[in-house]
Amino acid sequence: MRERFPLLAANPGLHYLDSAATSQKPRVVLDAMREYYERDNANPHRGAYALSVRATDCYHEARAKVAKFAGLADADCLVFTRGTTESLNLVASAWGRANVRAGDEIVVTAMDHHANFVPWQQLAREKGALFRIAPITHDGQVDLDALGGMLGARTRIVAFPHVSNALGTVNPVRAIATLVRERCDALVVCDGAQGAPHLPVGFDDLGVDFYAFSGHKMCGPMGIGALLGRRAILERMPPYQMGGDMIEVVGDEETTWNVLPHKFEAGTPNVADAVGLGAAVDFLEGIGMDAVLAHERALVAVADERLRGLDGVTVHGPAAAMRSGVASFTVAGIHPHDLATILDERGVCIRAGHHCAQPLMRRLDVAATARASFYVYNDESDVEALVSGVREAQRIFDGHVARG
Amino acid sequence: MIDPRSEALYQETILDHYRRPRNKGELPGANARATVTNPTCGDEIGVEAIVEGGMIRDVRFTGQGCSIAQASASMMTDVVRGATVGAARRTGEALRRLLAGEPVTRDALGELLAFEAVARYPARVGCALMPWRALDRALQTSGNPAP
Repeated sequence: MRERFPLLAANPGLHYLDSAATSQKPRVVLDAMREYYERDNANPHRGAYALSVRATDCYHEARAKVAKFAGLADADCLVFTRGTTESLNLVASAWGRANVRAGDEIVVTAMDHHANFVPWQQLAREKGALFRIAPITHDGQVDLDALGGMLGARTRIVAFPHVSNALGTVNPVRAIATLVRERCDALVVCDGAQGAPHLPVGFDDLGVDFYAFSGHKMCGPMGIGALLGRRAILERMPPYQMGGDMIEVVGDEETTWNVLPHKFEAGTPNVADAVGLGAAVDFLEGIGMDAVLAHERALVAVADERLRGLDGVTVHGPAAAMRSGVASFTVAGIHPHDLATILDERGVCIRAGHHCAQPLMRRLDVAATARASFYVYNDESDVEALVSGVREAQRIFDGHVARG
Repeated sequence: MIDPRSEALYQETILDHYRRPRNKGELPGANARATVTNPTCGDEIGVEAIVEGGMIRDVRFTGQGCSIAQASASMMTDVVRGATVGAARRTGEALRRLLAGEPVTRDALGELLAFEAVARYPARVGCALMPWRALDRALQTSGNPAP
């Protein structure tokens, strides 16, 4: 698998364990983007000449592929964005501003990434709505009883992650959506940044109103992502940004909007990155998303066992079988940044910090954790390098002779 | 088998200040204080000082963070206690130059030369300088102009 990723093929000693931040890119994705620019590049949707038609076709084909990958039958309900952050801000700005009133309530979870936390917090402040944070259990899962107790007649939005970026916890999306529907008439927004790259999404069966993800975490290029929504909601929602492509007729005083998805895609679209994302989902489907998840879980189970075998190491979150390929851990007496530096010298790339989830870190009562995240190109040699690097850090810091 | 580069970074002086930080805790009667946070990792260093007549009579630090930031804060308090505000600022500037790879009078740095290897780790330079940024900010709040 490594040889299909040029960066990894060129760096045989590199143990890249930060795919939850961004994945490496397979050659087929890089080739697809290059071919688009070398063969099909023009501004799409102008249609006056054959090359522009080809560019338009490339863009539509990419949308169709990504929609199918995510289990969305109506591809026009997939809006291309810059990524998850823009997708979530789009919903908060366009739907939130038009629909949230003073006294309404917005519910998020304590494990949300800042991108699915701050837009709702600020919307609530702007509108005089109540911003509520559903707690997590001691092992890092959403506390469904507590969440259910927060839902009521004033709840307008419920936002939560498919998979926690900091812990890897896979949330029961369908169960949460059902719980919300039973208790209130709220918009259900799921942050899929860590979901779509690692497991089958099946949007049409999830029961959520919106689902957002980023291309660069799933073998695609940076700068492209998607927002999937229900048609009835997208059609009633005001536009997010104004400009070319998103209009129907522009009068001197008034303007009417283009149909979905163009209404939410102002300006020249990012065709090359959409093509790259299309190639990325082809690549992932070639492996199979069930196989991707099974591969990650097998590695993370080994990592958990090996890390927990070391003195002073705590792995946070639920059991490996309930997580994606993320191991978030702390080592007694060693700050995650020091750990990351020592690992880096051994070619092991991990993330150290709060993972853009400061509310979660406060609840875990840690300032930061070290996070190793596994993907399709990782294998047990990466786990070995990680564990031996942690032991090395322990030797430097306290002369521990670690077990395991 | 210890990686020689890691060993250069994590010198015994640094590990010693990390394990047994000097002058850690709040300083009653402080008339200069500031807190600096590193938004990428959430680390935080607070500095409190008593400044009289352009002289740092006492200084302590609070907060948590990595070994580099903690050791730097600990060593900094040792170095600047009893120094003039101007001398403390000059020492901080000398450390910044050392870590940026700029020419610097090494004698001015003394024990702080233990941080020299940090210059090879651009991601960690900010950790070493964080306490000095906090001190600089604290001194600006003290209302005592540099002599």
